[in-house]
Amino acid sequence: MTSQQICEKIRERFGPAIREAKTEGVPNPFVSVAPENLRDISLFLRDEADLACDSLMCLSGVDSGKGMLGAVYHIASTAHRHTVTLKVQVPAEKAEIPSVADIWPAANWHEREAYDLIGITFTGHPDLRRILLPDDWPGHPLRKDFKVPEFYHGMKVPY
Amino acid sequence: MGLLDKQFNNSNVIITSIDNLLNWARLSSLWGMQFGLACCAIEMMATGASHYDLDRFGIFFRATPRQSDVMIVAGTVTLKMAERIKRLYDQMPEPRYVLSMGSCSNCGGPYWEHGYHVLKGVDRVVPVDVYVPGCPPRPEALIEGLLKLQEKIRSESLVKKSA
Repeated sequence: MTSQQICEKIRERFGPAIREAKTEGVPNPFVSVAPENLRDISLFLRDEADLACDSLMCLSGVDSGKGMLGAVYHIASTAHRHTVTLKVQVPAEKAEIPSVADIWPAANWHEREAYDLIGITFTGHPDLRRILLPDDWPGHPLRKDFKVPEFYHGMKVPY
Repeated sequence: MGLLDKQFNNSNVIITSIDNLLNWARLSSLWGMQFGLACCAIEMMATGASHYDLDRFGIFFRATPRQSDVMIVAGTVTLKMAERIKRLYDQMPEPRYVLSMGSCSNCGGPYWEHGYHVLKGVDRVVPVDVYVPGCPPRPEALIEGLLKLQEKIRSESLVKKSA
């Protein structure tokens, strides 16, 4: 199925949940959806027989720098060999996105990484802890407004 | 000056100084601590393998700090790892030596400016005896560094600690 057809299928079912969709004339077609509908759309993508998106290839956290944080989901169907990209945007002061870790188990560690580095809280995640940085690290380092600490445990950090 | 410069032609007697004997013993069996942190570890492993053969210098790797003489810090030292390195160094028996291998552990390497999680030089947590530059250094360079360390040990003295 082409990304245009996939987008139309999502639009048929969840019409107003789609905030933006670019499926023609871009190298990476995507569908941007509202965070409250993310889980329903994910389940729809996974369970609908002619979509059958059984694989979450990548989950990325994004800081767009305009007070908005986001997550990008690259999803694929191994049976039909098509891919779809979902995007979700939330304001930085209340960065909460529903977890899809129970829909695609691959999301578990990806969401922990996005939480660790960008600071997005994935609600409903079974075990949302830092995955790379030490547990007592101050802040989320891939945010645009992150300031590198002068010292960490008595060790000087800047060059 | 080598240990055996006084040949024993007539009897089984070797004459040497205690300094020479101890230094010779130490520098001829530098047991390294077996851990690598990043891509430098691959070069370190290649140096230990048959082609470059560190065994011929009496150097081979031990899996515990308590049996090690030299710590080869091979790779990027993250802040998370730096505390572990300090602890491992503290667990090594004296005399102990540290060889910093590669740009990352020398000074932070490519992470010097934007590496929020990288320690800018392992000498901020443990004293370093020899720095080997390179990214990563070739096995020849690591062997050169280890020979430099042997040279340093050769000049040590019981009464006067070398600088």
